[in-house]
Amino acid sequence: MLNLLWLIPVFPLAGFLALALADSRLTRPGIAATGAGSIGLAALVAILIGIDFITTPPPEYVYRQSLWTWINVAGFTPRIGLYLDALSLLMVLVVTVVGFLIHLYSTEFMQDEAHDGGYKRFFAYMNLFVASMCTLLLADNLLLLYLGWEGVGLCSYLLIGFWYRDPANGLAARKAFVVTRVGDAAMAVGLFLLFTHLGTLEIQPLMQQAALRWPAGSALPIAAAALLLGGALGKSAQLPLQTWLPDAMAGPTPVSALIHAATMVTAGVYLIARTHVLYALAPPVLLAVAAIGALTLLTAGFSALAQDDIKRVLAYSTISQIGYMFLALGVGAWSAAIFHFMTHAFFKALLFLCAGAVIASLHEEHNIFRMGGLRKQLPTVFWTFLIGSASLAALPLVTAGFYSKDQILWQSWSSPQGNPWLWAAGWVGALLTGLYIFRVVFVAFFGADVHLPPLQGEGRGGDGLKHTAPETHPPPNRPLEVGGAELQRPGLRMMLPLIVLAVLSVAGGWLELPPLLGDLTLFSNFVHTALPQTPLVHATRTIELTLSLLAAAASLGGIFLAYLLFLRHPHALEQFAQSKPASALRTFWHAGWGFDALYDRMFVRPWLWLARIDRHDFIDTLFSGLAQLCRFLYRGLSATQTGQMRRYAAGIAAGAILILFISVFA
Amino acid sequence: MAAVPISHGLLLAAILFVLGLGGLLVRRNLIFILISIEIMLNAAGLAFIVAGAHWGQADGQVMFAFILSLAAAEVSVGLALLLLLHRRFPTLDADAASTMRG
Repeated sequence: MLNLLWLIPVFPLAGFLALALADSRLTRPGIAATGAGSIGLAALVAILIGIDFITTPPPEYVYRQSLWTWINVAGFTPRIGLYLDALSLLMVLVVTVVGFLIHLYSTEFMQDEAHDGGYKRFFAYMNLFVASMCTLLLADNLLLLYLGWEGVGLCSYLLIGFWYRDPANGLAARKAFVVTRVGDAAMAVGLFLLFTHLGTLEIQPLMQQAALRWPAGSALPIAAAALLLGGALGKSAQLPLQTWLPDAMAGPTPVSALIHAATMVTAGVYLIARTHVLYALAPPVLLAVAAIGALTLLTAGFSALAQDDIKRVLAYSTISQIGYMFLALGVGAWSAAIFHFMTHAFFKALLFLCAGAVIASLHEEHNIFRMGGLRKQLPTVFWTFLIGSASLAALPLVTAGFYSKDQILWQSWSSPQGNPWLWAAGWVGALLTGLYIFRVVFVAFFGADVHLPPLQGEGRGGDGLKHTAPETHPPPNRPLEVGGAELQRPGLRMMLPLIVLAVLSVAGGWLELPPLLGDLTLFSNFVHTALPQTPLVHATRTIELTLSLLAAAASLGGIFLAYLLFLRHPHALEQFAQSKPASALRTFWHAGWGFDALYDRMFVRPWLWLARIDRHDFIDTLFSGLAQLCRFLYRGLSATQTGQMRRYAAGIAAGAILILFISVFA
Repeated sequence: MAAVPISHGLLLAAILFVLGLGGLLVRRNLIFILISIEIMLNAAGLAFIVAGAHWGQADGQVMFAFILSLAAAEVSVGLALLLLLHRRFPTLDADAASTMRG
């Protein structure tokens, strides 16, 4: 069974090729079946392999499959090889299963795509993305991993700019591509460094070599780990490379769910977990990972509070939750990070898909303050969104998010690298999470049915509200006015993924229960076959109980605060928001702590200025001179073509005489 | 009958050829241009005949027969072109048909 591993990336790749090469004879149902079916098959294979792997584990919980040698140059022979252990198995399972649900949802969600080409293009890109992601996760050497890494980056670019007719979407796509490229360049340099010093890019030998040859805390592992971290920061949208993710919401909502919430953005987490030996040799970098995670989760949490666009709230929330994963990685809580990755993939995909259903029902309305009362009109979406929000806010005892986040908070205190400051950041973040996500719940789903007429540029806050609906979307046959009467209710293919993901968002947490509540360690036992265990220092039962209660209080407190501020006394908040410092702070947070403006001043504008003054440099004169010369010769030669036959005859005679002259006298 | 020396024959051929070429270059009337070409062809034929007589070979006469048939074909095509040109530009001036100048 395990030797079918290669099928996991191959099925989506075949789906991509079929969709990319098919002509217009492939009908819409055919496209949907190919696009979703290929991922479904990959998910099926992944599940079967997962069952096989768990029931009859291979020796040392590792399965290798070498397909062929990729390159063979001067002793450098990277293979196309797959490596399956607990870590990659879990990631692949989540990617394929969640990916399949999102594809199923997309078959209905993308139905209004104006022409068949768009529908087919969408699924082709999505399939290519899943193929690249599986390659990234299963690669047994860093070069193949890098191929998948760039592949997912490319698909992210293509799908953010999917509605390319609107220049704003193209700009967002380019921004995402360029910003992640900054990190990727650092990662490539890191790979070169590893290869020149250790002579291989195969992950497992590389890690053994690093542990043997490099003493902990020396300069080389620190440099290598920091460079790889650069790539992880770019891909996972952590400080200071986080600015691309909120703009990436310009893509279709299933793309946001799959790529920019559940899978691709956690590739950085996977990279760090995969090369954890290297990071263990570089304690300062590990501390930086934790600090960046803590800072990111706080800044993004505050930013999420000030957003009006439902998708941008979720985008900032994704940045914040990945900050939690980085925090966990930084304190060596490997299993907790992967656990949070899994639960986050479930509930964040669910939230995005719900948001997509809401947006589609209200005809491309993104602003939560122009929704309201959706609880009664879209009951299924409401309940699933509520479950997802509860899981994100880590509602104690019932949700998966609670168990994963509680574990991260506990280990950020109790692990050897942990300290109360990191814990405090995580605790404040948990409070913020409850506040911002239940702000959306209370504003959008409760309250009066406020369906204001479409307004232009004077939205609440009024600062750069991003409506990403391009001109071709929605199609003209839809009524444009927003109102309960024309509410479009999502169908079965959109509802089914929501319900499955809602179940997973709750049940996913039961794989791992803290010592106080059942002490079940199915998940961490499994992960510890691939990643080291986190030793606990300064841990007592009392502290653990206190911290758990405090975490639960943060989550409940955030939700209660949201209830007070946005449902009970919205007017008090509005009055407060009118005051000068409050509205300034709100604008600041809305703009994501001004990072965009800062980077615009620091990098974009100087670069554009440089490009402008460099437009007419001396190298250009060389090429334009060549063109001038050609033009001159052309004019001269074309002047000889007078069209007068007698001149041509004279030319022939003169030439003949010349040749005779030469042959006689020379 | 004393044989004509080869140099006389070749000189006559050269003079005829230069006359034809001069006519071709100087005249603008297409009919005269065609006549000039005929003169040049005959000059070449004369040179072949003279050379054949000098070497006592029949090849010169064979070549002249070729040149005659070539000239006939050339004139038929040339006259057809001339007619078309005359229909298009109602003149026989060769310089008038210069619309293909660069």
